[in-house]
Amino acid sequence: MSDDKKRGLDSPLRRKLLMGIAAIPAISMFGGPSFAAGPATSAVNTTGLAVTDTEVTVGILHSATGTMAISETGSIEAEKLAIAQINEAGGVLGRKIKIIQEDGASDWPTFAEKAKKLLVNDKVAAIMGCWTSASRKAVLPVMEQYNGMLYYPTFYEGLEQSKNVIYTGQEATQQILAGLNWIAKEKGAKSFFFVGSDYIWPRTSNKIARKHVENVLKGKVVGEEYYPLGNTQFNSVINKIKLTKPDVIFTDVVGGSNVAFYKQLKAAGIDLSKQALLTISVTEDEIDGIGGENIAGAYACMKYFQSLKNENNEKFVAAFHKMWGEKTVIGDVTQAAYLGPWLWKLTVEKAGSFDVDKIAAASPGIEFKGAPEGYVRIHENHHLWSKTRVGKAKLDGQFELIYETADLVEPDPFPKGYQ
Amino acid sequence: MNDNARFVNRKELMGILVLAVLLVVILPLSLDVFRLNLVAKYLTYAFVALGLVICWGFGGILSLGQGVFFGLGGYCMAMFLKLEASSPENTKIQSTPGIPDFMDWNQITSLPLFWKPFHSLTFTVIAIIVVPAFFAFIIGAAMFKRRVGGTYFAIITQAVAAILTILIVGQQGYTGGINGMTDLRTLKGWDIRPDHAKIVLYFFEVALLFGCIFIAQFIRRSKLGRILVAMREKEDRVRFSGYSVANFKIFAFCVAAMFAAIGGAMFALNVGFMSPSFVGIVPSIEMVIYTAVGGRLSILGAVYGTLLVNFAKTSLSESFPELWLFGLGGLFIAVVLAFPNGLAGIWGDYIQPRIDRLFASRKSGSDPKADSKNGKSFGPVADGAPAE
Repeated sequence: MSDDKKRGLDSPLRRKLLMGIAAIPAISMFGGPSFAAGPATSAVNTTGLAVTDTEVTVGILHSATGTMAISETGSIEAEKLAIAQINEAGGVLGRKIKIIQEDGASDWPTFAEKAKKLLVNDKVAAIMGCWTSASRKAVLPVMEQYNGMLYYPTFYEGLEQSKNVIYTGQEATQQILAGLNWIAKEKGAKSFFFVGSDYIWPRTSNKIARKHVENVLKGKVVGEEYYPLGNTQFNSVINKIKLTKPDVIFTDVVGGSNVAFYKQLKAAGIDLSKQALLTISVTEDEIDGIGGENIAGAYACMKYFQSLKNENNEKFVAAFHKMWGEKTVIGDVTQAAYLGPWLWKLTVEKAGSFDVDKIAAASPGIEFKGAPEGYVRIHENHHLWSKTRVGKAKLDGQFELIYETADLVEPDPFPKGYQ
Repeated sequence: MNDNARFVNRKELMGILVLAVLLVVILPLSLDVFRLNLVAKYLTYAFVALGLVICWGFGGILSLGQGVFFGLGGYCMAMFLKLEASSPENTKIQSTPGIPDFMDWNQITSLPLFWKPFHSLTFTVIAIIVVPAFFAFIIGAAMFKRRVGGTYFAIITQAVAAILTILIVGQQGYTGGINGMTDLRTLKGWDIRPDHAKIVLYFFEVALLFGCIFIAQFIRRSKLGRILVAMREKEDRVRFSGYSVANFKIFAFCVAAMFAAIGGAMFALNVGFMSPSFVGIVPSIEMVIYTAVGGRLSILGAVYGTLLVNFAKTSLSESFPELWLFGLGGLFIAVVLAFPNGLAGIWGDYIQPRIDRLFASRKSGSDPKADSKNGKSFGPVADGAPAE
């Protein structure tokens, strides 16, 4: 692997010279932020990335087609919005961002192929992309081999950390623990029933949730059921829920299955205003498909809701609606995707360079005060410090903020005691 | 009948040589390593398409489950590579070092028994061929001995593809689930990821592909091939002539399975991972489309069809990320409606006769064999019109 990282730096003399040149504009930059004239390209780009005097190329890699398109479209829109805003504000180091968009087509190998194309052929400075864990797992070796930089927006299962990835969503403990604490305290919940889709994220999340319920909250998990992705028959699990009468139904069912699950829950006479249900997989985007009347009263544990009341978010929602239409809803992941280009811009400016190694090194400690979710900061482990919030689903498809943690929650992708 | 004695005739040899020049000289010289690696990926599907020419084109057995064998071959290879990538030093971050990462995530604490033989490369190579062939033999024996054929067989192969996908996704502790097996690194200590390794793998794969082309050509030219075609045209007559139709069908199906498995194993090596998204119904049907576009009666057509469809897929999706699937769908419909014999049909019906005429007029008819009935390198006319 070390061979590849040396690409473009073959001659030690050239390398030293470039480093020397790099120092000159870096010094002058401390004088004050000025985007009028950016530093010389040879100084900010020593590894042959697609950076010219006026432009820097960035890749967007999501599924525009296939089953995941419905979820990933919001992320594409958010990233395009962020990049448009950055360009309006003068770009990055005086350079406008140019986008190359590729379609992962909801197919993991295609993601890997396109990631490789973006890095090897197009030499993009960073990639905003991936959504499912499977697509990230497919892309990760490519990012590490060709030394790219990926900004990954989705909340995910953790157990991963890479120099070449910035995780702008929550890892599992950030999303789950505070929510469970809240519902245990608020509802006096002691017994939990887990329902999830059958793949790595729900399995890992439920593992963490189970340990927390059993060891910390001293409660009981009365059932744990998994269904294949895309499953639409939940009658048997609903019967079990009715028999075991758990205090809380804890769900991480994803995608289209959600529609069937909540409709069948309602049809079976489970009233979510009486039966507590905590989901970590339903955002405003999913409610669009489920229908507000089928899920009203359920609690969701996220870090962002469209209805958050703060100045950043109001500006963000207005800009989003102006660019993509009044009807579009903004979910948790969409907001996290919006953070990607901004965090990258801030990091590039701190590092004074587009070089991936320097960006990876400069990332820890980067603060973004303009985030719609509020202030965020990048941790040493390349995840974000962020708050956990609980919202209650309303009939109109929005969430009402019920609870948020007082402080930012530390990201802990390899949680001790939860493995 | 004279041509039967010979393994390839002059025109077929020319066709193979042209393909060889394209794959061995032109593509490696004109493409960068990234694109060449893409071609290597496409060619792994060409193995499947070749197998389908034998079993569907010659034998008339339409299998909509070739992804199963592609997957079995690929998973065998991936298991070996994954074990090598999961050495205790590489995986010391896990709760149980030394086992593949996805097992650790699924709370499995020791290597399952059926994984253990995959520490050996020899075993793996044998398994890549034998496991799918055995599996195909069981399916074939169960179906063909009972005279299940045609549409019913196609539906059953689809069901098998669906079952295997569900099995792989469901048993994620043992198989990696929907994520598949990612991050494969070395083959016996040889890193398969850098550029020079990709080039070596490409040429190795092309050599294997020509091996398979020659086997297919041999089958086509042998009496066996004649019986397969006869079976496709009038199964009962072959049976009444005293042949065991079921055995020949099983044989063709097993050969197709082995070819697909070799493709799958090469896929795992070239792309560096394997996932259930190559096993299911959709990829299996896509593989049939490659064969249909190339011309299901033509050995070389299968290779060209695979390359063309995949090139179209990549370039369309790069240019029109949101619309490309519609374009591709339109292309398929157009090809199937206008040219039922695919590319090979276009070549055989329109281009080849003109070239022949050109040569014939130059040589003023000195070589009468050039127009002989069996002389077409792409075969559709030679083998007669398809029955279905």
